[in-house]
Amino acid sequence: MLKEPNHINEHIRVAKYLDQIFAIFGLLFCFIGLGLILVLLIDLFIDGASRLNWRFFTSFPSRFPEQAGILSAWVGSFAVMFVTAFCAIPLGVGAGIYLEEYAKKNWLTNLIEINIANLAGIPSIIYGLLALGLFVYLLDFGESILTGGLALGLLILPIGITATREAIRSVPQSIREASYACGATKWQTVRHHVLPYSMGGILTGIIIGLSRAIGETAPLITVGALTFIAFLPSPPISGEFPFISFKWLFDSFTVMPVQIFNWISRPQKGFHMNAAAACIVLMVMTLLMNGLAIYIRYRYRKRIRW
Amino acid sequence: MRNFRSVKAPSRIKEKAIVASLFFCAAFSVFVTISIVVILFYDSYGFFRKVSIKEFLTGTQWTPLFAEPKFGVLPLVAGTFLTTTIALMVALPVGLITAIYLSEYAPAKLREALKPILELLAAVPTVVYGYFALLFVTPLLQKFIPDLSGFNALSPGIIMGIMIVPYVSSVSEDAMRAVPMSIREGSYAMGATRLQTAIRVVVPAAFSGIAAAFIMGISRAIGETMVVAIAAGMMPNWTINPLEPVQTFTSYIVQVSLGDVPHGTLEYSTIFAVGLVLFIITLAANVVSFFLKMKFMERY
Repeated sequence: MLKEPNHINEHIRVAKYLDQIFAIFGLLFCFIGLGLILVLLIDLFIDGASRLNWRFFTSFPSRFPEQAGILSAWVGSFAVMFVTAFCAIPLGVGAGIYLEEYAKKNWLTNLIEINIANLAGIPSIIYGLLALGLFVYLLDFGESILTGGLALGLLILPIGITATREAIRSVPQSIREASYACGATKWQTVRHHVLPYSMGGILTGIIIGLSRAIGETAPLITVGALTFIAFLPSPPISGEFPFISFKWLFDSFTVMPVQIFNWISRPQKGFHMNAAAACIVLMVMTLLMNGLAIYIRYRYRKRIRW
Repeated sequence: MRNFRSVKAPSRIKEKAIVASLFFCAAFSVFVTISIVVILFYDSYGFFRKVSIKEFLTGTQWTPLFAEPKFGVLPLVAGTFLTTTIALMVALPVGLITAIYLSEYAPAKLREALKPILELLAAVPTVVYGYFALLFVTPLLQKFIPDLSGFNALSPGIIMGIMIVPYVSSVSEDAMRAVPMSIREGSYAMGATRLQTAIRVVVPAAFSGIAAAFIMGISRAIGETMVVAIAAGMMPNWTINPLEPVQTFTSYIVQVSLGDVPHGTLEYSTIFAVGLVLFIITLAANVVSFFLKMKFMERY
C-alpha cells in the first residue's frame, strides 16, 4: 500500500521539524547543569558573602554566629587530605602499574579488576562504617585525623587506580620496545619512560580524587569527626628532638563539610549564613581543583603527539 | 671509561621485590572489599542475635532509639525508595537526552567542551547540594505546593537527580558511541532523520549499556547520603507521599553517628545492620550494571 505522495511529504516535514526541535532541546538539557551551578553560586553569595572576611578564616567555631569561623575546619581538612594523599597515591599508582604492565590475564587479575570496578560503586558511607569498625575499634586509632584520612584514602583508591591505568595505556608500545632494545629491564622501562609520559593523566586523576575527598562528609561523620573543635591539631614540627612529631595524627578533628553540615542543622539564620559562606569556600576549592585537573589534561594532550 | 664501572647488571632481586610490592598494591583492593564484608557481617551479628530477621524485614515501625524500640526496617526502605524514585524521574530523562545529544548531534568540539561542564555537577560537594535543597529548592517549591513540609522527600530527590545526571549520561554516551557507524549509515540511507536514527536504531542497539547506566544511577541515588540527611528530615515514615519528611538508610546511619556510638551497644549494631542492607542492595545493582556494561563492550 503506497501512501499518497503529499502524505509522505507531510511525514518528512514533521520528522525534520522534530529533529530540529530535539537539537535545540538537547543543547538546552546539556546546559541545565551549568545553569544549576550558577543559581547555586548566586544563592550562596546572596546568603553568605557578608560573612566572608579575614576573621571568618581565623576564628574557631562559636555559639555566637557572628563570631564563628572555620579555622579548625580548614586546618582539619588539610591535615586529613595529607593523610589521604599519603595513603591513596602510592597504593593507587602501584596498583595501576601492576595491572597495566605486569599482570597476566588470569582469574586473579580478573578478580582484582572486577573488584576495583565494584569498590568504585560502593556508597561512601559504607567506607565510614568500615573505618569505624576497623580503625576506631579494632585497631584503636581513635576518632582521629589518621582514621579519617585512611577512610577517605580507601574511598578514592579506585579513582587513582583507574586514572593511572588509563594514563599508562595511552603510552604507545613502541616507547617500551625502544627501551627494552637498549637493554633496560621492565622496571627501568616503567620508571624512566612509561611513568614520566603518563604523569599528566595520573596527576589529573589524583587531583580529581582529592577534590572528591575534600567534599566528602558522610564517612567522616561516621568515624566521629566532631563539629565543635576550638583547638588546632598538635604541630607536626617541634623544637625538641626528634623535631618531627606525629601526635597530630591522633588528634580529634573537624573538616569543612562537617562544619557546614553542623551549621545547616541549626535553626538560627545566622548559622545558615555561616554555612553559606563556608560552602562558597568549599565550592571555590573543589572548582579550582577540578579546573586545574582539566587544564593539566588539556596541556598534556596538546603537548604530546605520539 | 669511568662510566663502564658504574653500569651494573640490573639486580634480579630488586626487580622481583618491585613486582611483589606492586602486586601487593593491586591486591590491596581485594583486602578492602573483604574487610568491608567482614566488618559489616561481624558487627551486625550482635543485632540479629537480638532481633529476628523476620521482624527486621517486615516491621513497619523503626524506633530503635525509643524506650520501647521497634526494629522494622520498612520505613527506611520506603524513604530510600521514595527519594531514589524521584531522583531517577529527573536523572533518567535528562541523562538520556543529554547523552543522545552529545553522541548524535553535538559537533566534536562542542562535545569536548560540554563534557567537563557536566562533570562539574558530580564534583560539587554533596553537603553543598544539601544546603541548596533545604534552603533554596524547598522554599521555592513551597510557593507552588503550599502543604509541602519544610523537610520532605521531593526536593532532595530532585537535587539528587540532577547530581547523578553526569554518571547516567557518560555511560549511556559511551554505549551509544560504541554503536558502529555503518548501522547509522544504513538508517540514514533509508531517509531517516537524526532523531529517528537515534531513537529507533542507536538507542535499541546500545540498550545494554543504557540499562547499565540506569542501574548505576539507581545505585548512586540509594547510596547518596548528605542531601537526604540535610533536606529529607530524618523521620522514619512508612509512607509514599513525597511531600512528607522521610528517612533513608544512609541518613539513619548519619543520625546515629552524630551522637557518640559506644562500641557493643544495640545502637552501634543497628547502623551496621542497616549498612549491611544498603551494601547488599548497591552491590547487587553494581554487579548487574558491570555485566551489562561488559556486554555492550563485547558485542561490537
